[in-house]
Formats: sequence, C-alpha cells, structure tokens
Amino acid sequence: MKVSEQEAVASAARELGVFLERRKEQIARRWADAPLFRAVFTDSRDEAVEACKAVVDALSEVASAGSPEDIAAPGFDQVREQLGRMSGSRTRTGAGPAQIADEVAALRAPVVELLRAEATDASAPEVAERVLALTLLMGTLRLVVMRTALGSGQELIARQREELLEVATPVISLREGVVVVPLIGTLDSARSQVVMESLLESIADRGARYAVLDITGVSTVDSLVAQHLMKTVDAARLMGAECVVSGIRPAIAQTIVHLGIDLGSVVTRATLADALAYALARQGVDAAPDAGAP
Amino acid sequence: MTAAPGSAVATCLPVGSDTDLTWVRQQIRQVAAGLGFGLVQLTKLVTAASELARNTLVYGGGGHVEITPLERGTIRGVRLSFVDSGPGIHDVELAMTDGYTSGDGLGLGLSGARRLVHEFELDTAPGRGTTVTVVVWTADLPAARPGE
Ligand SMILES: Nc1ncnc2c1ncn2[C@@H]1O[C@H](COP(=O)(O)OP(=O)(O)OP(=O)(O)O)[C@@H](O)[C@H]1O
Ligand SMILES: [Mg+2]
Repeated sequence: MKVSEQEAVASAARELGVFLERRKEQIARRWADAPLFRAVFTDSRDEAVEACKAVVDALSEVASAGSPEDIAAPGFDQVREQLGRMSGSRTRTGAGPAQIADEVAALRAPVVELLRAEATDASAPEVAERVLALTLLMGTLRLVVMRTALGSGQELIARQREELLEVATPVISLREGVVVVPLIGTLDSARSQVVMESLLESIADRGARYAVLDITGVSTVDSLVAQHLMKTVDAARLMGAECVVSGIRPAIAQTIVHLGIDLGSVVTRATLADALAYALARQGVDAAPDAGAP
Repeated sequence: MTAAPGSAVATCLPVGSDTDLTWVRQQIRQVAAGLGFGLVQLTKLVTAASELARNTLVYGGGGHVEITPLERGTIRGVRLSFVDSGPGIHDVELAMTDGYTSGDGLGLGLSGARRLVHEFELDTAPGRGTTVTVVVWTADLPAARPGE
C-alpha cells in the first residue's frame, strides 16, 4: 500500500514536471507579479520573469526526478543562490521570515489554476494527484528558501558588523587642518585599530594639525578604551597632530577618575563644539587665517 | 515583584569572546536600569563589569558571569560574580596594585573596579581559577558596611 502510494506520488510528480516545463512561460509571467518577485526585481519586469523561469526550471527538474519532498534535490542547486539573494533582499527591506514564507506559499495558487484550466475534467483523480504533488513540491521550495534565508541572515549580520566597523568610524575633514572622528558604540580592540588607522591615514592625507576624537556615542569607557584613546593620541602626536577628546559625559568622567585613569596628558573638552572651537582657535594661531572653503 | 527579600533569580551569561563582553555589558546595563540605578551608579557598575569580564576572558581563559538582583529593605542592588577556572592569581596583593599588569594593560582593572563598587571579593587559588564577586547598590549607602 505504502509503496504504491509513493509510486503514485512519484508518477504524478513526473507528470507535473512535464507540465511545469511546458507552461513555464505562463507560470513565470504570473509569478513575476507576485509580491515575492515584484518586491525583489523592482527595476525590470523582464528580469523578474527570467528569475521566475529559473525557479520553474528547478521545480520541473525536481518534480521530474519523482521526489517532490527532497529538500536536497540537485534540481534546487541552480536556484539556491538566486533564492538566497531574493530572501536576503526581502529581509533587507524589512520582511520577516514568516512573511517570506507566506510569499513563497502564495506562488502555488496560480500554478494550480493553470493545472486545473488545462484539464478537460478538473475533478479527475489524476488532476488531484498532480495538485497534491505540486503542494508537496511548493512546500519543499518554501523550506529551501527558509534555509537560504536563515543562512543569508547570519551572513548579513556578519557583513553588517564589518560594514559598521567602517561606517561607524568616518573621519570628517571639517576644514583644512582639522579632522573629526565621532566614535560610536563599543570601542573594542578591533574597532580601535580601525579608528587609529583611518585617523592616521587622514592626518597624513590631509595634513591635519588637529584631530577631535568625540566619544559622546561611546557607551563605556573602561581602562582598555582609555588605553586605546591614549595610544591614538600618542600616534597622532608623532605625526604632528594634536588630539582633542570631547564628549566625556559627567557620569563617565566620574567613573574614569575612580578607575584611576589619568587623562592628564590629553586635551579634553566637554562638547564637540568646544573642541572644535579650541582646534580652530589654535589653527588660527598657527597659521594665517584661511578664508577658504573646507 | 518576583524577588524574595534579599535576592532574586540569577542570570548566567557566558564570557568567551569579545562579542560576549558587549552582550554582558548590555545585559547588566539593562538589569541595572530596570532596578532603578541612576546614570552614575549604572555607569560605574557597567564599567567595573567590563573590567572584570575582560579579565575573565583574557587571563582566566573565559568563564561566565552571574547576575543577581538584590534587595535590602527599600534599597536595590545587583551582585555580579565573574567566574573562571583559569590559572588563578598567584600574588593577589600585586594584582590589586594600581598599574600592575602581567599583560600590556594599564593595570587598573582590578584595583579600579574595586573603587567603583560597594563590595568586592576576590577568591582565587593557583591552578584552580578565579572568582570575583562585586555588589553595587542603587545609591551610595552610609559608610557603615554590613559585616554579614
Ligand atoms: N581572572 C584572572 N585570572 C588570572 N589572572 C588575573 C585575572 N584577573 C586579573 N589577573 C591578573 O591581575 C593583573 C592585574 O589585572 P588588572 O585588570 O588590574 O590589569 P590588566 O588587566 O593587566 O590591565 P587593564 O585591566 O588595566 O587593561 C593582570 O595583569 C593579571 O596578571
Ligand atoms: Mg584587566
């Protein structure tokens, strides 16, 4: 019984595979209007249709192999990357896993419609079997998408972390001779290294004489952060630039004192504005006033 | 108010990576804010925790931290225990000295953390690991330190 049931599913799946291949064009056109594809391929409908065709091809191959429930079927391999990109793109635009799953599930209905429309007798048992095979197949597709979605989610987090390292340490050149680094978040050793490198680089590139390190956005200043700050200040000094540290909030100032950290060798100012005023005033003393743009 | 007088449920967090340190700081910040810590006390607590957790990671080879909310009368507080089973500290007095480091730090973590908290206890033995336990209350208590 069991065996023949499986055999029935397999043969219905093979027929479904033939059907999918034959109606690829029509299915792709309908899918291209579905939220999943429309939201990802916003620029060009042709591109969406091509992407849809690739997915139909994959489904057709998996179905023709007679195993619509095989999540590891080789047929999925050609679209795995594409599906990953699609779910990644949906995730970036704010769609959660549940929504992506729903959007994949919604792809089934238009195919069922075509399947029924094609049959002379829509209530014939072989039509029901093909619909069942399609349902299994689409369930498998949904699992494949969810897997790639979770995978690309983790990748996304790792990549965003890397990007944040870069983005969160912009060196802003205010005007000739003064650069500002607004520090944000956690100043661990990796971050500090990035900060130091980009600061020194821009001091060299722009011939800056003053650098303002603003720590308003740094949540915790412990001995390691203080040490990193002091090292950065020393390195900048070696390159001929004076650093001003600004944005030390009152609670942090008290904490630093209790910790026993001596920032005596570092010029500090309460706010970024104060630090800039200091740097610009000193700049004015150092060189003839510069009326020019940044 | 699930807390029984004295203490409530402890949370245990791993200390095994830089990412863990960030998480530990965030969690402790959240717990303390929930207990009504003011900004200064909260900053002191989180900074002390940051020092001790990093010692657990760097010198203890990793371990965990236990966070326990406390209640004494109307005053609330939190107890943090940083536990590792690393090499232990051979010379506690030296380690607690301002400026002493066996690595390349400022040597202010242990001694500085002690100044930031109300109660500080260091339990260590060579080869058996190190546990540092600190308590911080929401407000500075009158100098009298209960002898328990
Ligand atoms: N959990 C621990 N296990 C073993 N040794 C420790 C532990 N914690 C601290 N030590 C020892 O005590 C010394 C002093 O610690 P402390 O935190 O005061 O300074 P540091 O970590 O060296 O530098 P800093 O914390 O200022 O960056 C360390 O250098 C280390 O030798
Ligand atoms: Mg330390």
